[in-house]
Amino acid sequence: MGRYLRSLREFWSSSLAIELEYPANALIELLSVLGNLAGSVVVLALFYGRGHGLGGWSWDEALVVLGIYTLLDGFTSTLLQPNLGAIVNHVRTGSLDFVLLKPIDSQFWLSARSFSPWGLPGVLAGLALIVLAARRAGANPSLLTLLGTTLLLLCSALILYSLWFVLAATSIWFVKVWNATEVLRSTLVAGRFPVSAYPPALRTLFTLVLPVAFLTTVPAEAILGRATIPWMLASLGMAMVSLGLSRGLWRHALRYYTSASS
Amino acid sequence: MAIIRARGLGKCFRVADKQPGLGGTLRHFFARRLKDIPAVKDVSFTIESGEVVGFLGANGAGKTTTLKMLTGLIEPSAGEVEVAGYRPFRRQAAFLRTITLVMGQKQQLIWDLPPLDSLRVNAAVYGISEAEARRRIDELAEMLELGEELRRPVRKLSLGQRMKAELLAALLHRPSVLFLDEPTLGLDVNAQVRVREFLADYNRRTGATVLLTSHYMGDITALCQRVLLIHQGQLFYDGSLQELTQQLAPYREVCCDLGAVYPPEAFRGFGELESLAGHRVRLLVSRDQLTGTISRLLLTFPVLDLEVNDPPVEEIIGRLFREGAVA
Repeated sequence: MGRYLRSLREFWSSSLAIELEYPANALIELLSVLGNLAGSVVVLALFYGRGHGLGGWSWDEALVVLGIYTLLDGFTSTLLQPNLGAIVNHVRTGSLDFVLLKPIDSQFWLSARSFSPWGLPGVLAGLALIVLAARRAGANPSLLTLLGTTLLLLCSALILYSLWFVLAATSIWFVKVWNATEVLRSTLVAGRFPVSAYPPALRTLFTLVLPVAFLTTVPAEAILGRATIPWMLASLGMAMVSLGLSRGLWRHALRYYTSASS
Repeated sequence: MAIIRARGLGKCFRVADKQPGLGGTLRHFFARRLKDIPAVKDVSFTIESGEVVGFLGANGAGKTTTLKMLTGLIEPSAGEVEVAGYRPFRRQAAFLRTITLVMGQKQQLIWDLPPLDSLRVNAAVYGISEAEARRRIDELAEMLELGEELRRPVRKLSLGQRMKAELLAALLHRPSVLFLDEPTLGLDVNAQVRVREFLADYNRRTGATVLLTSHYMGDITALCQRVLLIHQGQLFYDGSLQELTQQLAPYREVCCDLGAVYPPEAFRGFGELESLAGHRVRLLVSRDQLTGTISRLLLTFPVLDLEVNDPPVEEIIGRLFREGAVA
């Protein structure tokens, strides 16, 4: 365990060093986060400004959902994009060879090797929005609620990570799967709004097939004090199943890895 | 003690069989036709601990595929392989700690950072304490003649410096079995010699086993007492380099600098004309006629300088493959 923690520290400090080699990038990323957030708030304001609601959610409650989306999007930019986005390249160029020959879990290496600090503003902005909006929505969460919400947020992150990793792992067979991860990222955008705002067919899709509902709506309900035990258990189950699936699939995929020839 | 053992090793790749052109592309997209291509067939050998063995063969002969099976990157389709007592494809941590793979055309160092940062990562992953890592880095850096280069971003290093840093990164965990795939690829002659000297030195100091592929025969002749020659996926020769050259090349190469320029026909009857460039001529002469031919050469031409060599090994092996003597 100590070896993994120390590896993680070295992974992230070296990634930080790489990012700081290119300081101009920092500013661009920061602007893009703020731009995205502003865009989302404007879209939301358009809905409410004209007296429309979203699936029975008040303006402030919907902002909580948006906050969670922003938080997850920041997490995506910090960890998922830089790591899982690189898997396809590892497979294509054969540099996966070096990863597989290290005496460390290859899924851990591939999932945690890089760290991009430019997603952190998104994480912070998301957190701020959640706290602010939940307050205005009149939420007065108890310690238990907060713990539950944190757990559900962890589940969201795990589900998102696992889905993404599964898609990236299929690159062992299909080599180029950038399109598939693009689709995933745009589906996540659907999580900006409460899932009840969508027509029933999409709602089912977003709950059972692409678990967008678990990503943002379920944790938002938790912090607003509306969580139900079945939904929480479902979320936890979903997280465990998708994590298990990602590990199983990765092991299976490696049997088919042929490595790029030289 | 045998440290590498391969018995009946084979690997088939399933590859797409695509016809050229748009029609072929469309057909390929909708109904992918696959065919099995045997890359390695029934290869058996053992390597003793501490040996330096050269792995020879033309492009696509199956060298890299074999190397990948030995390191556990790909699973053999047939046969058995054992390295240091482990089954490579299981990739147990203990096995991975005893081996290393260096690939001339791929790199593990982080491109934008100095090699030292990559070395820190490797030390953490292999669980080498910081003090110990520093000691090993100093030792290897001295052997490799690397100094402040370790503090410069990898992208600013020359190819030779980068390769040496790659070697350092690959050896930090003190592996006892080294797999080197074209470790001197693209290096200039000086850098090649330095890498070779380092590998020989490393083998002497640590008793590590080395299996190396190279296109540069100089690497093989300088380092390997023994070679494995692989052709079309099959092991064609296993033995000493010297015996291979004698067996395959009952010739010697005679190089002369002449006082005048002669047409190629002038050398008829003096063995096989290998090359003729201005005043310099190179002839392949069979060993039993060597002395007779040389004295005739000296009598016939104004010879300024004369040299007799073994023909270069790549010449011999190229000739072997071209003439289909391997079938």
